[in-house]
Amino acid sequence: MEHQVQDVAEAATGHAPHAGGMPQLDFTSWPNQIFWLLVALVAIYLLLTRVALPRIGAVLAERRGAITNDLLAAEELKQKARDAETAYNDALVRARAEAQAIVAKAKEAIDADLAAAVEKADAEIAQRVAVSEARINQIRAGMQDSVREVASETATALVAALGGQPDASVQSAVADRVKG
Amino acid sequence: METEAEGNGFAIHPMDQFVVRPLFSDGPVHWYTVTNVTLWLALAVLCVAALMIFGTRRRALVPTRSQSVAELAYGMVRNMVEEVTGPEGVKYFPYVMTLFLFILFANLLGLIPASFTTTSHVAVTATLALLVFFSVTIIGFVRKGPGFLKMFWVEAAPLPVRPVLAVIELISYFVRPVSHSIRLAGNLMAGHAVIKVFAGFATMAVLSPVAIGAVTLIYGLETLVAVVQAYVFTILTCVYLRDAVADNHH
Repeated sequence: MEHQVQDVAEAATGHAPHAGGMPQLDFTSWPNQIFWLLVALVAIYLLLTRVALPRIGAVLAERRGAITNDLLAAEELKQKARDAETAYNDALVRARAEAQAIVAKAKEAIDADLAAAVEKADAEIAQRVAVSEARINQIRAGMQDSVREVASETATALVAALGGQPDASVQSAVADRVKG
Repeated sequence: METEAEGNGFAIHPMDQFVVRPLFSDGPVHWYTVTNVTLWLALAVLCVAALMIFGTRRRALVPTRSQSVAELAYGMVRNMVEEVTGPEGVKYFPYVMTLFLFILFANLLGLIPASFTTTSHVAVTATLALLVFFSVTIIGFVRKGPGFLKMFWVEAAPLPVRPVLAVIELISYFVRPVSHSIRLAGNLMAGHAVIKVFAGFATMAVLSPVAIGAVTLIYGLETLVAVVQAYVFTILTCVYLRDAVADNHH
């Protein structure tokens, strides 16, 4: 319906664009198309060169810069981490050596203390032994005296019981026996 | 028109979509008349602005979706210019980018049903191709002077063959804008016309399932064609530009 109206209108105005079939070959519309195409192209060219392309170029450059910077920063941080690790390891080694030194020193001191204590104990023991020996000798000596006394008393008592006269001869005889 | 007289009022006008009509009047189409061409060209410009300017408005270091699409287009065309024409060609990058974005969005907008495909017109594609042709020729002569003509004198060939080759090269040089423009317009026009034909068949109950399936299929194909043809036009522009910019080793 619309087409028929269009056909009638075109027939009336005297130029029928698709009478020959292809509107592309209707040269009457060419100046119009070319004119508006050039306007459109100029518009796009201006939009691109004035605004879009510099902007996108700047964004891309900025991004490339940011990426490069980030990579550099990452490299730097990595180096720092590596340094820190080395420092930590060094400190660890140093602390371990120090600890070993301290242990050795303490051992030495303990050994010395121990030796001194042992020596002191030995001396004390020797002294005590000597004291004890002295007392033992004293006791032993005391014991001989007591034996002699008990023997002479017993002998005197025996002599008296047998009706004899206990005198000095008994004493000397007992002394001789006890000594023998 | 051929299929118009099917008897049951069923008519297919596959070429009607390409007719240039004034938007606000029924009068003749003057060069300044605001037509459907104007409308769809303006929409293409708006789309370019939306993607490349509105899409990148945040200038984000970590791009948003639209910004990364804009950056992708920028990177792709820039790499193409750099790789195909060499480092010397980078200064023509904005020009190539203009062509690429315009053709891409004109093609894609043409896929909207009932739209007008500006790039399906030889008038448009021929203008684009001639712009490339004249720019390349002018840039070539400005940069190399008469040395630009060495391009036609194939030094790799034996001397007796060279004049013949020169004639062939010269002809192929002048045929470039023709193939450059007809390729783009032809691809788009054919695809859109075929879609329209199948869409016309969809009004017949018997054929409609097949027709609608075919329209869907061809629409997918046409989406691919729209992008690929924009790419092809751009890369050919770069190839032609290389002749004008690069060293004489051809």
